[in-house]
Amino acid sequence: MSMQVQLVGVEKRFGPKRVLEGVDIAFEPGKITVVIGPSGCGKSTILRLLLGLQKPDAGRVLVDDQDLAMFQEPDWLAYRERIGMVFQSGALFDSMSIGRNVGFALQEHTKLTREEIDRIAEDKLRLVGLAGQGHLRPSELSGGMQKRVAIARAIARDPGMVLYDEPTTGLDPITSTVIEDLIVSVAKQTGATSIVVTHQLSTIFRTADRIVMLLAGSVLGEGTPDELKASSDPRISGFLSGTVPTGWA
Amino acid sequence: MNPFASVGEPVLGFFEAIGEYTFFTLRTLRLLVRGRIHWRNTLAQMAFIGVDSLPIALLTAASVGMVFTLETANEFIHYGATSVIGGAAALTIVRELGPTLTGVVFAGRVSAAIAAELGTMKVTEQIDALVSLASDPLRFLVLPRLLACVTMLPLLAFLSDVAGIVGGYCIAVYLKGVSPAVYTESVRSLIGPDDVAKGLLKAAIFGLVVAIVGSHKGMNTRGGAEGVGAATTSAVVISLITIFISNYFLSSVLFPGAGAN
Repeated sequence: MSMQVQLVGVEKRFGPKRVLEGVDIAFEPGKITVVIGPSGCGKSTILRLLLGLQKPDAGRVLVDDQDLAMFQEPDWLAYRERIGMVFQSGALFDSMSIGRNVGFALQEHTKLTREEIDRIAEDKLRLVGLAGQGHLRPSELSGGMQKRVAIARAIARDPGMVLYDEPTTGLDPITSTVIEDLIVSVAKQTGATSIVVTHQLSTIFRTADRIVMLLAGSVLGEGTPDELKASSDPRISGFLSGTVPTGWA
Repeated sequence: MNPFASVGEPVLGFFEAIGEYTFFTLRTLRLLVRGRIHWRNTLAQMAFIGVDSLPIALLTAASVGMVFTLETANEFIHYGATSVIGGAAALTIVRELGPTLTGVVFAGRVSAAIAAELGTMKVTEQIDALVSLASDPLRFLVLPRLLACVTMLPLLAFLSDVAGIVGGYCIAVYLKGVSPAVYTESVRSLIGPDDVAKGLLKAAIFGLVVAIVGSHKGMNTRGGAEGVGAATTSAVVISLITIFISNYFLSSVLFPGAGAN
């Protein structure tokens, strides 16, 4: 079941640097929202706040109307079992085969048998085009294949929300397209709320139902891809057309 | 620079570090008390830490036992104290050299390995991935290493005790001409079960130090390969210093009569 996610007046700073300044975003359940903006604008921080890896200095992070600040340890575990995260580096466990990586959460948090876990892991690997490859180690895979395994791992438990941190950065255009198509098909098949952080133009336009643009820690604009492309703000239209607007921060 | 600040900052930093390590240890031990042990990882770590450290620990202990006996046997024989050669070697090995040298081997080998492995996992976001998959890194990574070190270091220290005493036996009997019966009787009369037990207790505490320092350094690694290297080096140095300092106080408490005569 897709999750409802909302940031209300969220502020976050690292030392003297203010990364997020009163950010308000409502992510539509079951849709793909792409968060864009230049490097260092606080995009990835939003994902880390949603995962509970960092806490906001002010404001609230609401998931299904529950404030994450109120969570106790068991609440966090139950909540994280319902979300999937694809890290920028893939972050696959290099001490395990990719099949074990995909089945990790099932192994740790369910009473399924080894055979059942292996079957589900194989199903998820098939979904990302890596059927029969479960025995391989992460070090034996290309960057694009590692990202696909990371996606398979993130959706192994059919989460209500999937977070993608720069899923296509550093990949060649064809592999990027494969990953982008995968993000869209996963969202369709699982119905999960998807939040994609990226600054890759192809990823923005091939995956987004809605776009939120951040600049210097604040929301500069949000809407559908067509709405933002037609924006009168040169910083938004410039970013989306790949040109450098005058006065770019 | 303000002279108070130049003194105060390192002092504050020291106590801050002590606080961090204490908090980290208590959080890990809280999982143990709650019975939240990841047995699969614990057994794997025991095998890795124990089995792989065995040869170097035994070699170190046997070598030290042999050299200790080589250096002291002539003096004991010269002063007519042949009957204490085995006991002196055994007492030194069981109380001090066995636990401490095994602790040093662990600090160099295991603490470094833990810091490097967890440090690499940290900088490649694998620890964040663990959290995102609803697993507690302390339960999955740290507690298994702590349990493995606290159980394996005493076990290896015991085997090192045996290797050291046997090494001393070989030198005393085959090189210095001491009677086997005199050597073994000397060992038997001068060390008791409490000496062995207290030595192993020290080893268990050194195991705790090695696991906590290596894990804390690894889990708090920043940067890339350079950060992992720095964390690894730092883990070894801090483990060694802590073992040496704590060894003095532990010996003072556990063996209060040592040197009284």
